Amino acid sequence: MENTFNKLISVEKAMDYFYDGMSILFGGFGGIGSPPTIIDGILEKEISNLTLIGNDTGFPHIGIGKIVSRGRAKKVIASHIGSNPVAGQLMNEGKLQVEFSPQGILAERIRAGGVGLAGFLSDIGMDNEMVSGGKMRVNIDGKEYLLETALTADVSIVYARKSDPYGNLIFDKSARNTNPLVAMAGDLTIVEAEEIVPLGSLNPEEIMTPGVFVDYIVPSKGVNWKWAWE
Amino acid sequence: MGMGVDIRSRIAKRAAEEIKNGMVVNLGIGIPSLVPNYLPKDVHVMFHAENGITGMGPSPLSGKEDENLCNAGGFPVTVVRGASYCDSAIAFGMIRRGRVDMTILGSLEVSETGDLANWIVPGKKVPGMGGAMELAQKAKKVIVVMNHTDKRGNPKIVKSCSLPLTSAGCVDMIITDMAVFQIGENGLILTELLDPFTVTEIRENTGCDFLVSERLRVIE
Repeated sequence: MENTFNKLISVEKAMDYFYDGMSILFGGFGGIGSPPTIIDGILEKEISNLTLIGNDTGFPHIGIGKIVSRGRAKKVIASHIGSNPVAGQLMNEGKLQVEFSPQGILAERIRAGGVGLAGFLSDIGMDNEMVSGGKMRVNIDGKEYLLETALTADVSIVYARKSDPYGNLIFDKSARNTNPLVAMAGDLTIVEAEEIVPLGSLNPEEIMTPGVFVDYIVPSKGVNWKWAWE
Repeated sequence: MGMGVDIRSRIAKRAAEEIKNGMVVNLGIGIPSLVPNYLPKDVHVMFHAENGITGMGPSPLSGKEDENLCNAGGFPVTVVRGASYCDSAIAFGMIRRGRVDMTILGSLEVSETGDLANWIVPGKKVPGMGGAMELAQKAKKVIVVMNHTDKRGNPKIVKSCSLPLTSAGCVDMIITDMAVFQIGENGLILTELLDPFTVTEIRENTGCDFLVSERLRVIE
């Protein structure tokens, strides 16, 4: 494959961008659409004190849950941790700080970060202290809204069905989920692609994330965990 | 939940009657997931999932699962003709913009004014709200399906919720193993009894006052 933009790298090389105490935005929803090869690379590098931002903490042996359940994260920003009892246990023991956002608001906070906005106004959870506590209120035409702030991270990790050497991405069915948002919000974005295809072979009309948001692409070794339904 | 299969089916069947042709519907886990089994063939619905599917179909046959095609609970599904995928931000955009006609979900408590408390289980640490708040607050119609009472026999329909609210004043209808209520401007109204329960029994098992509809119907 021609590496025209020098974006195609090995997962080993990609690990140069991961370090102790960093923040990582991850794509995926219940582990579906989370990048398995990059996650294993992070585990093998044995970095810790991570701040992980994404929809949920997967399952203890699935997706980002593998990192969380080994105690490598100091903080998680997610919409729920319900499917990962180890995350709940670490939170209860005071070993893991957890910040919750309603699911769609979390997605939008990531999107805002990805499109260069500082935040947005929302009326979700106005009457719930857990959501509204400490947030600035803004009145627009007589109605109150909460100011929700944008999220970005040092590195975004993304899973795609197909990528070309520029990082133009196509996702797979419901594995798309938060990936297009996460892909835009990292200071540096690393994509794990199931298939890397030649430049020009993707139809420009069908590209879901333009490669301009993608810094590096690594080939996927595929999912190596057993799903809850298997 | 200690509820027999027959009772769960009966509740799901009654909830299915609320779904009309052309609706976009989001179903919660548990009893709500049984609702599609009771839809008439000529009712075409787009089932919506928070992870980015509009047009979910039934579970695939064993061995035909696609790991990248799952519902918001992480279990394999299929899609119907006319389905589409989107990212999670757009999936919630549909909810907030009022394009999701109905959500059917379970609950721990519902108040007489339609406050919903369905996300914090007593005695357990908060696992997070997921997408429940947005659905409760923004779906055009919110239907709660649940047991009439908890395991100890305490009413789950109450004057005011003791548990933290998911959203205030959002519930339009409650379907239990004993009765059906509508919640509107006049408060809580008993509209249907599930055979063999009586109005007196409903009063005994409900934690607040309610009106009884003049056209009270009995469901077999």
